Amino acid sequence: MAAEDAQESSGLEIHPMDQFIVEPLFGEGGGVLPWYQPTNVTLWMALTVLGVCAVLLLGTRRKAAVPGRGQMIAELAYSFVRNMVESVAGRDGLKFFPLIMTVFMFIALSNLLGLIPMSFTTTSHIAVTAALALAVFLSVTVLGFVRHGFGFLKLFWISSAPLPLRPVLALIEVMSYFVRPVSHSIRLAGNMMAGHAMIKVFAAFAGVLGVGAFVPIIAISAVYALELLVAFIQAYVFTILTCVYLKDALHPHH
Amino acid sequence: MEGDLTEMGKFIGAGLACIGMGGAAVGVGTVAGNYLSGALRNPSAAASQTAMLFIGIAFAEAFGIFSFLVALLLMFAL
Repeated sequence: MAAEDAQESSGLEIHPMDQFIVEPLFGEGGGVLPWYQPTNVTLWMALTVLGVCAVLLLGTRRKAAVPGRGQMIAELAYSFVRNMVESVAGRDGLKFFPLIMTVFMFIALSNLLGLIPMSFTTTSHIAVTAALALAVFLSVTVLGFVRHGFGFLKLFWISSAPLPLRPVLALIEVMSYFVRPVSHSIRLAGNMMAGHAMIKVFAAFAGVLGVGAFVPIIAISAVYALELLVAFIQAYVFTILTCVYLKDALHPHH
Repeated sequence: MEGDLTEMGKFIGAGLACIGMGGAAVGVGTVAGNYLSGALRNPSAAASQTAMLFIGIAFAEAFGIFSFLVALLLMFAL
């Protein structure tokens, strides 16, 4: 590996992807881990779930008329997601509000927990986001067929287009339908991975610059602020796309 | 020699894949800029369209993420 030799000789060692390694909590890593082995992914995912429960349950425990800080957060999150579902998926989409609220809270909190230094970002792994995206994709597809039977296939048959164009458009629509879970999952994982890797690259610059290290440290602070924004926006985007897919399943007619 | 060539090809390919991110940047900029110009013309309608703004950005951004993924696959997975 010529590239690694060159890096070592210049004293600049960048390992931006090391933070994404899945390691067992106890004992040695390496090789294939058995499925029951608790890893850092397990730990941070459990912390995320506990955090969501804490925010929502403790926040709404005392239903004060003048909400405190905890209640404010819980109510803001609730009304935010509820408005989103109602405006994008329509009134009959509200039946699926618990699912979408769960997805939003899980992703938002795991993105934010991942920003704690030395923590692990579970949503930076495509395995995690693909599980979320596939769950959404499968449930939405099943829902569409249950609600409309084979009428759901009208989603791909755009009746407002001229007749000769429709088969071509149908082909494109089918393809884009099956790309949905891919882009849905990779968008989230890619964004989280890219941001965290970028912070690590700047951190490696700070390590070799000596007195000049304040430049990359300022840059890291700026990138960190951006990442806080991205963590929230990506959770929002994932959730709103879930709502869009839900709307397609509920109302497949164009 | 053989390995060096493969290594070189990987780096060149990963660099070329990053060109795709420029396309995503143009797309996101177009979406956000058009949203802003529309919002300045009719500020009262702006708040109701922020959801569409983020959906548009998400779709435009997806293709940049794909090129980033290709670069990552070339560098670390192949």
